[in-house]
Amino acid sequence: MSTQQSYEAAAAGSPQETAEFDQGHQSFIQKFQHLLHVTPSLVPLIVLVLSVIVFGLLLGSKFFSPFALTLILQQVGIVGIVACAQSLVILTAGIDLSVGAIMVLSSVVMGQFTFRYGLPPEIAVVCGLICGTFCGFINGWLVARMKLPPFIVTLGMWQIVLATNFLYSANETIRSQTIAAEAPLLQLFGEKIKLGGAVFTYGVIFMVLLVILLAYVLRHTAWGRHVYAVGDDPDAAELSGVKVNRVLISVYMLSGLICAFAGWAMIGRIGSVSPTSGQLANIESITAVVIGGISLFGGRGSILGTFFGALIVGVFTLGLRLLGADAQWTYLLIGLLIIAAVAVDQWIRKVSV
Amino acid sequence: MSNAKELRASGATPLVEMKDISISFGGIKAVDHVSVDLYPGEVVGLLGHNGAGKSTLIKILSGAYQMDTGEIRVNGNKVEITNPRDARAHNIETIYQTLALADNLDAASNLFLGRELTTPFGLVDDSAMEAECRKIMHRLNPNFQKFSEPVSALSGGQRQSVAIARAVYFNAKILIMDEPTAALGPHETQMVAELIQQLKAQGIGIFLIDHDVNAVMELCDRASVMKNGQLVGTVDIDDVTDDDLLSMIILGKRPGVAAA
Repeated sequence: MSTQQSYEAAAAGSPQETAEFDQGHQSFIQKFQHLLHVTPSLVPLIVLVLSVIVFGLLLGSKFFSPFALTLILQQVGIVGIVACAQSLVILTAGIDLSVGAIMVLSSVVMGQFTFRYGLPPEIAVVCGLICGTFCGFINGWLVARMKLPPFIVTLGMWQIVLATNFLYSANETIRSQTIAAEAPLLQLFGEKIKLGGAVFTYGVIFMVLLVILLAYVLRHTAWGRHVYAVGDDPDAAELSGVKVNRVLISVYMLSGLICAFAGWAMIGRIGSVSPTSGQLANIESITAVVIGGISLFGGRGSILGTFFGALIVGVFTLGLRLLGADAQWTYLLIGLLIIAAVAVDQWIRKVSV
Repeated sequence: MSNAKELRASGATPLVEMKDISISFGGIKAVDHVSVDLYPGEVVGLLGHNGAGKSTLIKILSGAYQMDTGEIRVNGNKVEITNPRDARAHNIETIYQTLALADNLDAASNLFLGRELTTPFGLVDDSAMEAECRKIMHRLNPNFQKFSEPVSALSGGQRQSVAIARAVYFNAKILIMDEPTAALGPHETQMVAELIQQLKAQGIGIFLIDHDVNAVMELCDRASVMKNGQLVGTVDIDDVTDDDLLSMIILGKRPGVAAA
């Protein structure tokens, strides 16, 4: 306190221009840093807008058309949904490596329950959603009650769920035409709404609504606040009276449920039910989360950031493809973005303390 | 000071009794058959070296640890405290040495963490929480301004005020303070001392854990000294000198004068 006061006294006593310059300079960086701190989704938003502008300038109307821009949304739809699940888990300072596997198993359950057991598709869908939630519950129970590290738990569950998926489905794909003819409900999220050149699938609309809903819940409910508190310091949260175990289990269950929805949306996107689909969902969801500015150390970041992160990946992928660049350039640039995103995160943390 | 003394002498029911408490961690008896009690409007100091078991004992009362054997009575009734929420339900509030704040949340969110004020729709009522937070912070630390910053951006003293506010806001009857002044400057320490007097006057019982014998002499009515997990003894502050307390801490023996 006293050092601050003497600093202020010294600043007041120093020549006026210098003091003003110093203060203005410092307060600008501080303001910017403070802005980033309170609005963690700002960095990915800036990157997103810049990348859209750059690709728009390079490609013109080929990129800057309602069709191309909404195509990006469709392409990131599945990853966007899974990344929402991943965000929740990472906000609690965990990680969920089983998101892709849960998504695929849930979609297989929806398909097989309909066609193998002849259940009505509505019931099969509900069973798929329950299946995803239950996988999430196992993750959450092992993390919260058994105190096992999330990385290990979900690494194990990834293998277990994926193997279950192959064993149960006998590696059998249910064809798109069959589904369309007999159980179109499974392809619901593939339904399209056309507005001029813009094409929105139900899957895309679901993703956007999910992002808005989660952002709202995280910001405006006690549960959301507890998620952040647990991610920051589980011991302090427990001592403050937060039911840490319950929060953790609920987060993993919700993550599983969202993954199951992603599985349903995936049937809509690819048409068929395939046990080999969605293999990259893990890595892509973590990428979206990290680029979206959510701290892997937990407790900081926003779901909107994740949404922007997923869109950034989509913009780069489509933009570079339209430019005719080798697909490897996309991976290279995404890699750079990941590292840059974490570096920015560290910088914000450093200045803020 | 005399109020609590009279209460004790009159045979009134203590606010809290911890009887014959034991807890072990992997074969080490951290607390070994210790009994302490606390009366309304009384400040009882818990003294001892690092590792003497005073923090562990008090964490049993605040619900952070669960005792192996023993019993806790609040107002004469036996209670089960298995987690921090149980303790709070009995109006036991704790200011932890580590403060136990969520660094990424602001002061109001921390103040109400785990018992958020909500609107009729079940959403958190941020404006009501901030208003309440401003009210109590104004009382505790009039200089406090940073209401919208995460508490990681606050100074040690400011963070301490948030932790104290959290403990006193919810009508605590029993307050546990684990080295509340360890991170504070002289001015802020004085503020805590004044607060303790204020809370005492309201009939709140306070367990004060401290290293500093002088602080205990100044603030407490009685002192319980622990060494190696065992209770050396509980003495009336009026009956002892600081040297007596020191020798209890160091030698683990009750001084002749205070042996009553």
